Amino acid sequence: MTYLTLTGIQKQFGTTYAVHDFNLSAEKGEFVSFLGPSGCGKTTTLRMIAGFEQPTAGTISIGGTDVTHRPANRRNVGMVFQSYALFPNMTVADNIGFGLKVRKRPKDQIRKRVDELLGLINLPDKGGRYPYQLSGGQQQRIALARALAIEPDVLLLDEPLSALDAKIRVALRKEIRSIQRQFGITTVYVTHDQEEALSLSDRVVVMSEGRIEQIGPPPEIYNFPATPFVASFVGTLNLLQASVVDRATARLTVAGQEIRGSRPGDGDSERVTVALRPEAIELGEAGGSNRLHGTVEDVSFLGSIVRTRVRIGDREQLSFDQFNDPSLTASTIGDTITVSFPPEATLVLEGRASSDAVIEQAIAEG
Amino acid sequence: MTGTPLGGRFPDAVDSVASAVVPRPVVPARRPRHLGSLVWWIVFAIGFLYFFLPLLGTFAFSMRSQPLFSAYAVVVDDPQFAESLFYSFLVGIITIVVSTILIVPTAFWVRLRLPRLRPYIEFITLLPFVIPPIILVFGLLRSYSGDPFPLAGTDFGSNVLLVAAYVVLSFPYMYRAVDTGLRAIDVRSLTEASQSLGASWFTLLVRVIFPNLRVSLLSGAFLTLAIVVGEFTIATFLARPAFGPYISLIGGNKAYEPAAVSLISFGLTWIAMGLLGLIGRQSRQKIQIAGAH
Amino acid sequence: MTAAPTTPPRGAPAARPGRRFSWAWLGVMPFLLFTLAFLVIPTLYLAVGSFENLAVGPKDPAHGTFTLQNYQALSQPNLADSYFASIEISLVTAIGGGVFGFLLAYAVIMGGLPRFLRSALMTFSGVASNFAGVPLALAFTFTLGASGILTPFIKAAGLSLNIYSKTALELAYLYFQFPLMVLIIAPAIDGLRKDWREASENMGASAFQYWRYVALPILLPSLLGTVILLFGNAFGAQATAFELSGGAINIVTMQITRLLRGDALNDPGIGYALAMGMVAIMGITIAAYAFLQRRAERWQR
Repeated sequence: MTYLTLTGIQKQFGTTYAVHDFNLSAEKGEFVSFLGPSGCGKTTTLRMIAGFEQPTAGTISIGGTDVTHRPANRRNVGMVFQSYALFPNMTVADNIGFGLKVRKRPKDQIRKRVDELLGLINLPDKGGRYPYQLSGGQQQRIALARALAIEPDVLLLDEPLSALDAKIRVALRKEIRSIQRQFGITTVYVTHDQEEALSLSDRVVVMSEGRIEQIGPPPEIYNFPATPFVASFVGTLNLLQASVVDRATARLTVAGQEIRGSRPGDGDSERVTVALRPEAIELGEAGGSNRLHGTVEDVSFLGSIVRTRVRIGDREQLSFDQFNDPSLTASTIGDTITVSFPPEATLVLEGRASSDAVIEQAIAEG
Repeated sequence: MTGTPLGGRFPDAVDSVASAVVPRPVVPARRPRHLGSLVWWIVFAIGFLYFFLPLLGTFAFSMRSQPLFSAYAVVVDDPQFAESLFYSFLVGIITIVVSTILIVPTAFWVRLRLPRLRPYIEFITLLPFVIPPIILVFGLLRSYSGDPFPLAGTDFGSNVLLVAAYVVLSFPYMYRAVDTGLRAIDVRSLTEASQSLGASWFTLLVRVIFPNLRVSLLSGAFLTLAIVVGEFTIATFLARPAFGPYISLIGGNKAYEPAAVSLISFGLTWIAMGLLGLIGRQSRQKIQIAGAH
Repeated sequence: MTAAPTTPPRGAPAARPGRRFSWAWLGVMPFLLFTLAFLVIPTLYLAVGSFENLAVGPKDPAHGTFTLQNYQALSQPNLADSYFASIEISLVTAIGGGVFGFLLAYAVIMGGLPRFLRSALMTFSGVASNFAGVPLALAFTFTLGASGILTPFIKAAGLSLNIYSKTALELAYLYFQFPLMVLIIAPAIDGLRKDWREASENMGASAFQYWRYVALPILLPSLLGTVILLFGNAFGAQATAFELSGGAINIVTMQITRLLRGDALNDPGIGYALAMGMVAIMGITIAAYAFLQRRAERWQR
């Protein structure tokens, strides 16, 4: 049963489209993430669901009711902001109770609900504090409680963790998910952090330049990216420029060395892009039937794994991972080595993916 | 440029006019709400009228003298006009120099070595707001009329007292401007860097700290100038031939010329504030460039 | 507890550097000495004098002895009136200028007016808040005085305005009061984050409820603080009043002016007490302002 439906949503600022033809139906209780670099339209879409922005075309409905033209203060959706947006002049308890207070609920009922929520977010004794006396993580939990207090139909989270430290981010991420499950509340979560999106969501919507690139459950997004953009934005990915030798058998060459792709491409261009996950590549010849020879350019020690960057030919390079164990002898820079991988691990994408631009963007986003 | 009642504006206003030293956070775009905007137009119109009517009235009054603009010609030809204006500018410049020499090393030193003293120094620089000019000049006259420092008795002594009083008035603006300027440049690293290169304290201050504070100093200087040139209360009681007392003097003696002088004085204030705004705009870019490192 | 005797007292060795004379202090000496000479000593001179019996001649043994008479003399009708008038004028122009300045700042920031009006207003305000004293008084005389440009229109409307009156002085003070309010309150209004409005809307609050529960309480310290500042600004003003009324109006700064020109009060002690009364009021004003400002900053961080 679809609960939140966005149909043909469009948002135009002057002549540019911030969001273009956005369609999504989310089930009751589903956790959906919007993932993409900044400026891709994910936050604008979220703000249209909240009612802070009006779509220039399309409809939004919640629970079967069209709310496209309903003002934000009559939508009954809860929103958690990136900057917490707690009211600095109110105590934590007053912040959480604010939505109920403006709904003119009786005082004792508000107090009961506030205590309940304070317990839920594990801050039972902080009700009398002011926001500026609390840490960022605590403030964001209170913002979450405040959004939940009004028993919203939909919960919206706009990069709620991006202002926090890495450790707190992971802990709070788990907390958000468990509270969301407990309430069974339909949730839209905006983030530019692929790890967040993949670990939290039932479904991920990958966006770029105002358009949806792909919608699907996390494994599908990760393993079967539909476009070069998704492939490069989600996960660390090697993108190799290849020429087609024989389309029918998926024979390709990378820097003059022949490999086989997973499937015949469906286009007809000479040049294709081969996407390859670092974890699918092995040092030596045991990894699969595809072999590539190259020179070690860089070896980085990343804790549990060691990542080696290899130059293939003049222009191509790829990275692969090895698990770190004491017996591992890492390559040295300048070594000539062979790496191998199975054809099934490759993903052949049509055309010359503008990998550099996309990857740079992805790196800039952190 | 005229003496303001409390010796000018309060330090918060320094920041808001000039925005010279602190880069303000980017103001989030607000959704215009068309409903009720008529009310705001009316409010703005009233403010606009309040601002311009006295100026318009003064201008119209100055035009009553025949031939047209003759009032302005008389004023400009009056040697006392140029003399008093020159005197006030000179006093203003000396004030700025003395104030800079006192404030920059102090603010620098407090940031570097005596951070615990900061609230106290800040408190002292706010004292001129508690002691209005009329009280300050009252106290100065009583303290320095007799032995052991009969400054008020001589011309030179009175000039010293005038500059001293103006320097005191400039403290809040100068200190605030310099302190925020120092905050932006990371005094400690600059000091350690230049000392590791073998610079003396003097070289450090003159070649490193001053140039980095140029924008803050300029904005503080223009505000000081706007306050000092045209200041009336202190200059009058010290019997100095300054611009403020001059305006008052011809205000009592002539018919149309005072209107002309008032408008000229207004124009000078406008120029000072315009320059201040200009510096503010430049500094924001500078700070952005510095922040990119 | 048992361990206490065996443990050497903490910090005992560390106490030595603190006791040593710190040469770092010398760095701020020029500034402190200057302030002492030209701000502290003059004020102390007045403060000490205000407690001395100076009503009798220097030959009299009672001359210079401690007394509270000078402060008691402030209750003389003439002097008490000057305080009341100063306070009244300052209150009226602080509240009037504060309310109007706030509305004006709000109009250009949040009222949906074109953007360029905002920078225009900020420039006007910078100029107008500095355009005080003699030229301002003259401008008001030429506009609203006996032969002022607007005076015939005011008469035609059946109104009258005496340029020497308190009302005229208040109108003149407002000319620099409301722009000062604009300059100081504009950053505070900017400090109202869009998020707060959206969060409040999101939870179902109306525009009125947002103002009632969120925006106004957040702005309140800034608003109050600035109005207090405007009060001090008017209270200490001398030049405008002197030029507009020719010194005829009875406010504290005019009393001190007369005293300094030697045409009133032959007891200097009363003059000192008069001045110290002003300093006390200004001190309270600035302290209240600083307190409220700190509170506002705490919230808007």
